[in-house]
Amino acid sequence: MTSADTDMAISSRDAAPPRPRWQVVLIRPETVTFLLLILAAIGASWLSPFFADIAYILESFTYYSEFAIVALVLTMVIISGEIDLSGASMMALSACLFGVTFQAGFPIPVAIVVSLVSGALMGAFNGILVIHMQLPSIIVTIGTLTLYRGLAQVIAGDRSIGKFPSWFIGLDYRLILDVPVPVIIFFVASPILALFLGTTALGRQIYQIGTSPIAARHAGIRVRQIKMGLFIAMGVASAIAGLMTASRLASVRYDLGTGGELQMVLIVMLGGTYIFGGRGTILGTFLAAWLLVIIATGMTVANIAINAQLTVLGLLLIFSIIATNAIYARTQR
Amino acid sequence: MTNEPVTEAPAPNTAAPLLSARGITKQFAGVEVLRNVDLDFQSGEIHALLGENGAGKSTFAKIVAGVHLPTRGTLALNGVPVDVPNPIAAQRLGITLIHQEPISFPDMSVAENLVLGRTEGALLGRVPWAEMARNANGMMDLLGVKIDVTVPMRGLSIADQQMVEIARALASNSRLIIMDEPTAPLTPVEVETLFAIARRLRDEGRTIIFISHRLEEVRALCDRATIFRDGNLVKTDDVAALSDEDIIRLMIGRPVKEYLHKHRAEIGDVALAVENLSSAGLFEDISLQVRRGEIVGLAGLVGAGRTDVARAIFGIAPAESGQITVDGKAVVIREPSDAISLGLAFVPEDRAAAGIFGSLSVEHNITAAVPRRIAPRGFIARGIEKALALQSVDKLRIRLASLRQPISELSGGNQQKSILARWLLTEPDVFILDEPTRGIDIGVKAEFYDMIGDLAASGRAILLISSELPELLALCDRILVMSEGKMTADLSRAEATQESVMRAAVPKSGTHAQAVAA
Amino acid sequence: MLVLFAIVVGIIQPRFLSLDTLRIVMLAVPLIMVAAMGQMMVLVARHVDLSIGSVLGFSAIVAGMAFRDIPEMPWWLGFVIAISVGALLGLANGAVVTIFRLPSIIVTLGTLSLYRGVLFLISDARQVDPQYIPRPLIEMSQTSPLFGIPWIVIIALGIAFATYLFLDHTRIGRQIYAIGSNPSAAPLRGIRVVPVTLLVFTLSGALSGLAGVMYASRFGYVNPSITGVGFEFTVIAAVVIGGVSINGGVGTVLGTVLGVILLGAVSVALPILGVSAFWQDAIFGAVIIVALIIDRSVRQSGIKGANLGRPSVNAPSVSTPSAGIGA
Repeated sequence: MTSADTDMAISSRDAAPPRPRWQVVLIRPETVTFLLLILAAIGASWLSPFFADIAYILESFTYYSEFAIVALVLTMVIISGEIDLSGASMMALSACLFGVTFQAGFPIPVAIVVSLVSGALMGAFNGILVIHMQLPSIIVTIGTLTLYRGLAQVIAGDRSIGKFPSWFIGLDYRLILDVPVPVIIFFVASPILALFLGTTALGRQIYQIGTSPIAARHAGIRVRQIKMGLFIAMGVASAIAGLMTASRLASVRYDLGTGGELQMVLIVMLGGTYIFGGRGTILGTFLAAWLLVIIATGMTVANIAINAQLTVLGLLLIFSIIATNAIYARTQR
Repeated sequence: MTNEPVTEAPAPNTAAPLLSARGITKQFAGVEVLRNVDLDFQSGEIHALLGENGAGKSTFAKIVAGVHLPTRGTLALNGVPVDVPNPIAAQRLGITLIHQEPISFPDMSVAENLVLGRTEGALLGRVPWAEMARNANGMMDLLGVKIDVTVPMRGLSIADQQMVEIARALASNSRLIIMDEPTAPLTPVEVETLFAIARRLRDEGRTIIFISHRLEEVRALCDRATIFRDGNLVKTDDVAALSDEDIIRLMIGRPVKEYLHKHRAEIGDVALAVENLSSAGLFEDISLQVRRGEIVGLAGLVGAGRTDVARAIFGIAPAESGQITVDGKAVVIREPSDAISLGLAFVPEDRAAAGIFGSLSVEHNITAAVPRRIAPRGFIARGIEKALALQSVDKLRIRLASLRQPISELSGGNQQKSILARWLLTEPDVFILDEPTRGIDIGVKAEFYDMIGDLAASGRAILLISSELPELLALCDRILVMSEGKMTADLSRAEATQESVMRAAVPKSGTHAQAVAA
Repeated sequence: MLVLFAIVVGIIQPRFLSLDTLRIVMLAVPLIMVAAMGQMMVLVARHVDLSIGSVLGFSAIVAGMAFRDIPEMPWWLGFVIAISVGALLGLANGAVVTIFRLPSIIVTLGTLSLYRGVLFLISDARQVDPQYIPRPLIEMSQTSPLFGIPWIVIIALGIAFATYLFLDHTRIGRQIYAIGSNPSAAPLRGIRVVPVTLLVFTLSGALSGLAGVMYASRFGYVNPSITGVGFEFTVIAAVVIGGVSINGGVGTVLGTVLGVILLGAVSVALPILGVSAFWQDAIFGAVIIVALIIDRSVRQSGIKGANLGRPSVNAPSVSTPSAGIGA
């Protein structure tokens, strides 16, 4: 009881002067992301004339668009104070289910429905383990990451499932106003989710849950339902991303999207979302996705092997959590 | 192994008291919670520290044990001045604090918990398991308790965990053992065992500081008692020389600044009624009614179950049995959101964890419970939100620099006003306020009393939980008293005095402690 | 459980109990066992190390390149090199985790990729071919000093025994348990959390490094894009099935050894039973989840007994705000 007394006493100091407004606006992790994005763009176009070509960048983006779309939803999951590392595995399993259903003779729309439903179920399974069994999401989704990809291997073996009808494949080659469809999807999804997170009451509640789940519950916010919704959304988004990948590659295999969990987490962290929840924006994730594409494509243009690029991705991940933490720790006081 | 300079226990000097404190003052962020305390503890005495919540007794104990540093003042052990910068230093000086819920390593065995962290020996030195178990068993025999020293701490009852802590104090040869409300979670039989051990330790010449609320226990066990009030030491005397009436008077005897709210409210229909609410281990068979316009106080000591009842009513930890009625209709409340839609509001005791969203703006904090009002069509209408927040700030006179300021930058009083503002926006009929003025400056407290009075005057029903008796006496139309999970009194305004409330609140050790603690 | 498993499989398919099978299991598990000892210590300290697969690959590549480029180097120096490289990488993990107070799982997810990337850079993405791996090293997986038990199995068992001595019979070993069991109480008892945590990560790295040379011995080559990939999930599955709690403070060497053997046995048994090897990952994943749920229910029953079911708002403990995501 005295510990509570003292805490109260400590907090009963007089109001500290607020930080100047320019600091509030400018010292944000998203600003860092934005500056890095500009630097990367300048550096890359200096490196190679390819980068002056918007079409080239847009085309490069299609390779990352699937992970970037899942990262948008993952942003919300992390803001709510949880995490889901199983996204890439959910992509693989739902895509394999799609492939198997199609191979069993069902029409594509049925297979799409199967894949979306499976995504929702996988997300719900994560949610049940985290919310109802009260297990830490970070470890649970390490487990389901292995489980879902393992199941994908079980149902699809190591063969590629393909021969999809031509209208389904090659999503990345279809252009609307010269922009590939996967990029369009990302362009459409980002503002919708940004609006949802930034301007709806539900979006606001996600921040509140991530800031203090206990206070959120006391304020009447339905913490468990909202978190469950986010896990399911994560599953559905992964299923959509899985279908997009299936269309782009014209086939599915159990190893679809391997290593995607790193890229998803990297995009979210690079976008300045706080690993401990309560802070972050879709805008940050949106910018970070482009930053990643430019860096990765830049490395490819510079002839750095895909595998060696992991060095930079890993460094970026660690750097971005340290930087984000530092910025929030500074502005918190 | 540790870096701080080792302060060895000074050589005994029989003339001086074992521990003497001089001019101990403690401030937390400018607020004095302990003022100029001089106190001596003799070898071979059991010394009670008494006082209301926040009187300073626990803070004093924690300074002695190195948990807190005094702002001013000195400690001397056997007449030699000592520094107690941290609990490890205290341990080395032979001072051990036993927390009410002992700090332990739940996955490790009892024997290991006894020696863990004792710093002698090389890091790669062998752990002498056999010797450790033998010593631990010897210690348990010495204490006369039957605890299997090979089982993990996790499986032990609180009482046994305390025994292990006491054993640990003995193992490190502590001469001063501080027990912070050790009996609260114990059954009567366990209390007796504890007392027998405490007496034996005293007879060996050790000193025990015993912090408790239970006068019977103090009388049964302690030789001397020191009474704290509002951070001051008011009296130290032999227990035998103090009557119960004396002690209670000294504990609460501050000049009560009577606060009377001006317009007494019209008392209307029953707004909230609770019947036979029970939750195993927390409270049992609680019934109460609060009428519109009425302020009902809920008094009791910390741990009496008041907060648990409030949490049950509001759906945070619903009761296992019992019936809640709102406005005459029987209702089921499974979640706080259910309670809110029924017109209930709850200001929690633990403001930092359960009240505020620390890093979010004041504005977002104020509007947190009314998503439908700020976002009529799902989208937040900034204009409406800002207007509501500004209105609240004006109405409750919240002092802030900007609505966009993180609420953690505000003072405690202004944070609490923001929480109150949050609930006012839900337009509730029933307010449950749990220690609403804790950690709030005196000046702002008066504002809160006005607000609470106004709320009642506007026809709201108010259930006010407070540990400050003068506050309850001044504000309430009726005071309910809880003790050890049960309702022990329902006092009208005329019947309620500091003495009558305190008498109902102090547990009658042994009567029903068993049922609650089991 | 393990015995039961052996009996059931033995009945269904008597071939399982043959000496040959035993040999396969014995060769399948030493790498996992060695790395599992490190991972177990990390989990006991309430952390997790996802980077071990890359640390294994990194150490193996460095050692393999040393064999290839300095032919006159004595074969045993490979052990020294791999273990030192592993220890350094582990220390780097621990340093980032403790200095910046970040969740170890995210940090090591980052280094998982970072180390893998660097190992591609230094190896030029080239495999170290079998002819460069010294004979004596390869023979460690084939020859045996006694009872037909290959050297690398003996090494693994030796490491397990050493880990047991370290964790159960030294003061610092017990401090690792204390830190994982109650991180906020540990400093109150004079335990220095940061150095101990650093040591734990360093040991995990060093053991993964050792597993790296054992890989070279067992498989006779080191490939930057194969060696150690996905290894972390196998090891984590083995450790949690062995009863090590992800909530820290709980775990025994014996349990981990059994967990490793069981997992090894399962992976050998699947094809013998005619179950497709494709099930392996799914089973590992399911094992992790089931172990988590069991761990949770065991904890819950324990907590109820000791805590009166009361919320711990008033608990007089020193809280650490940066406890990490659920960890």
